[in-house]
Amino acid sequence: MLKLIWLIPILPLAGVAINGLFGKRLSRRAVGLIGCGVVLAALLVSAGAVLELSRLPEDARYFETSLGTWIPMGPIGDSGTMTAIPWGFALDPLSSIMILVVTGVGFLIHVYSVGYMEHEDGFARFFVYMNLFMAMMLTLVLGSNLLVTFVGWEGVGLCSYLLIGFFYDRPFDARTGLSCADAGRKAFLVNRIGDFAFVIGMLYLITTFGTLDYRGVAAAINGGGDGHHALLVAVGILLFIGACGKSAQIPLYVWLPDAMAGPTPVSALIHAATMVTAGVYMVVRMSTLYAHAPEAMAVIAVVGALTAIFAATMGITATDIKKVLAYSTVSQLGYMFAAAGVGAWTAAIFHLMTHAFFKALLFLGAGSVIHGQHGEQDITKMGGLRSKLPVTFATFITATLAIAGIFPLAGFFSKDEILWGAWSSGNKIVWGVLALSAGLTAFYMFRLTFLVFYGKYRGEHHTFDHAHESPKAMTVPLMILAALSVVGGWIGIPAVLGKTFLGRDVNVFHHWLAPAVASAHGAPGFGAEHGASLEFALMGLALAIALAGIGVAFVIYRKREGMAASIAQRFRPIYVMWRNLYWVDEFYEATILKPFYATSRFFAGFDRFVIDGLVNATGIVADITGQLLKLFQTGYVRNYALVFLMGVVAILVYLATV
Amino acid sequence: MIDPRLVLVLSAVLLSLGVVGVLTRRGAISILMCVELMLNAGNLAFITFARINGGPEAQIFVFFVMTLAAAEAAAGLAIVIALFRLRGTTDVDEINLLKW
Amino acid sequence: MELIAFFVLALLLIASALVVITNRNPVTSAVALAFNLVAIAGLYMVLDAQFIGLLQVIVYAGAIMVLILFVIMLLNLREEARAHPVGTFQRILAPVTTLLFAIVIGRAVWLSAPSSFPEKTEGFGTAASLGKELFTRFYYPFEAISLLLIVAMIGAVLLAKRKVS
Repeated sequence: MLKLIWLIPILPLAGVAINGLFGKRLSRRAVGLIGCGVVLAALLVSAGAVLELSRLPEDARYFETSLGTWIPMGPIGDSGTMTAIPWGFALDPLSSIMILVVTGVGFLIHVYSVGYMEHEDGFARFFVYMNLFMAMMLTLVLGSNLLVTFVGWEGVGLCSYLLIGFFYDRPFDARTGLSCADAGRKAFLVNRIGDFAFVIGMLYLITTFGTLDYRGVAAAINGGGDGHHALLVAVGILLFIGACGKSAQIPLYVWLPDAMAGPTPVSALIHAATMVTAGVYMVVRMSTLYAHAPEAMAVIAVVGALTAIFAATMGITATDIKKVLAYSTVSQLGYMFAAAGVGAWTAAIFHLMTHAFFKALLFLGAGSVIHGQHGEQDITKMGGLRSKLPVTFATFITATLAIAGIFPLAGFFSKDEILWGAWSSGNKIVWGVLALSAGLTAFYMFRLTFLVFYGKYRGEHHTFDHAHESPKAMTVPLMILAALSVVGGWIGIPAVLGKTFLGRDVNVFHHWLAPAVASAHGAPGFGAEHGASLEFALMGLALAIALAGIGVAFVIYRKREGMAASIAQRFRPIYVMWRNLYWVDEFYEATILKPFYATSRFFAGFDRFVIDGLVNATGIVADITGQLLKLFQTGYVRNYALVFLMGVVAILVYLATV
Repeated sequence: MIDPRLVLVLSAVLLSLGVVGVLTRRGAISILMCVELMLNAGNLAFITFARINGGPEAQIFVFFVMTLAAAEAAAGLAIVIALFRLRGTTDVDEINLLKW
Repeated sequence: MELIAFFVLALLLIASALVVITNRNPVTSAVALAFNLVAIAGLYMVLDAQFIGLLQVIVYAGAIMVLILFVIMLLNLREEARAHPVGTFQRILAPVTTLLFAIVIGRAVWLSAPSSFPEKTEGFGTAASLGKELFTRFYYPFEAISLLLIVAMIGAVLLAKRKVS
């Protein structure tokens, strides 16, 4: 099965081809079957491959295959070696986790979409795009060199654009006047900025080391990397900027809230579980490079932590159910980057995995709510839906507990590992910021839950009466994801807990992943030197903060009527700032977009008047010349004879003077 | 003795007078007459050179020019007659159909 | 003696040429042209080209002038009208250009000729010498030109023929 890993990205492409060419003629059932079927096939092949990988000895868990050479090249830059970039796919512990998450969660979301998109136009087109996305994402994670990864990187960006703007003729945001198509374009363009930095980083790498192959680069860096320290820092930051674009970190996060214009399964798959995590994957993949460039890691940690708390504050005041989840995603991605920045590589991937479970679940649950509310997304118009949507409620609150980091759900273990990684690597400020945002996360997630599922219904009466639970195609994936949100963390139980309560280290996740990433400081197991009690204390503190957040939310939104409104009134300036999202979009509009539009208008005018004017001028000159020469055509023979004579005289004069 | 250069200048003057006549006159026949003037000026020059160089060649040439002039006068006048029949006038300014 | 003849003839030449190009009455122009042709014939005689001079009188002054006069009378041409408005540009530019033309040619001609005639060769200008050349060396041109004359005749007849309606 290992030899067939190249099949994993190709299988969804078969779905693209079939649904793309024949989708309009097939029944919805058939389209759905094909769309989900190819993903299931990819999942099975992935599972088989990973199983086979696990049978290899620990230090040899790397399998590479190639579909042929892509770019044959000569020696480049300082390298002096012949490089040829192959269409290479490689499976190692890191990519094995990624493919299982992508295909597994992806499959569940595809099944959910069959139910969710039932009443929409463009059913086949949706699955074509979704399958294309799966193919691109799998190419991204399975690539054995940066360029193949970049192909997938760009591909998922494209699919994001296609899927965000799926309802291309619908308006989206009344406040900003954006349509769904505009939102898609915004996502693509902001991504592009990051991609630009990514490409420059790649160019530096290939001209210095002569290869983009992950193993090759790691070997080159380990071999003589210190001589290139400044370059490595620069490349690290450039690649991270690319990751900022793709994974919505400051300052390139502005596309993600607007990406909620797409259908909810898209938000679940692309903007929660998989595409946005590509940045994290890439950073962890390049861990060897970052390990030799601590300055770059510091940048990553700072940006990650800042984004985590920044986005959390925006989630506190948002009123669209999907936007709250979007800000939450940005915030959680900040967590993952902060983890990578302090060197806790495995913690970052662990959180990536658990986040995929509960965030996808949250989005799908939100979709279920929206589906039952016939399109309503404003939480101020909801309430008390617990009785009407029981399965949705049960799974939703499971996910909310998980994201808040409550023991023993998945989020607790992954978040805790990140926090411990921050503290133990000496970045106590990062720890503080992350802990604070953990509290805020618990707060706004439970705010969301209370407003949607508890209390009195605040919307139109008949919408409440018509609210219904979603069909099986939608609720079964919810239940599966809920189960994963509960048990998903148990493969990563920290060593200290395992040793204390179970007698041995059961951190399967860490043991599986650690050989594939750079050796880090602050990883679990490091704690042995710092004392188990410190780790327990911090664990308990984190739990306490989470519970406090839940408690505050309970008091404000359940206990006292109108308390939320009065607090907003009292801290009005802060409330307004959060509600308007720090006016970042407006800032970009004023400083970047408006000058750009002005320049474009200038060049448009230039094109129209100068360039077209020049072309027109040649025409006009020809015309005027003709008009002038026409005056010679008088029709009178005598005039012609005179001109004749003038010519003769001219020739004679010339001959006489020569 | 006569200075040949004078004769030649005389012929040049005659030629120019003929040119002015062609350009200035309005009647077709008048123009033809001025053309005859020019031809004669040319003949005069030829004869002068024949006298200078001594051989019969230039005179033969003049012979031919004269013959040609006769033929041309005949044909030209026929055209003028045809034109007169068409337009009712020999005024060349009336023949302006090629005007823009 | 020759000099006086030359100057008189030259004067006559120029005077009659001026009449030809300026007089509005076509008949007057034609008669002046006839004078001009005879004066040229005189000049030919002065230059010892007797045969040509004779031919000039017979062909030019005799045949061509008569032809022209016939046509003038046939068409019953009146006095020529005044210059057409469009001729203003023409009336100024024509003399100027012609003056330029005259100067250039005059200068060229002045520089290319010797300042006096050499001695007359034996039999120069006689009918015998010309006839001999015409029928031996210039035989083909002679025949060709007779053909040309026939063509001209036919052409003239065709052109002037009244269309049969």
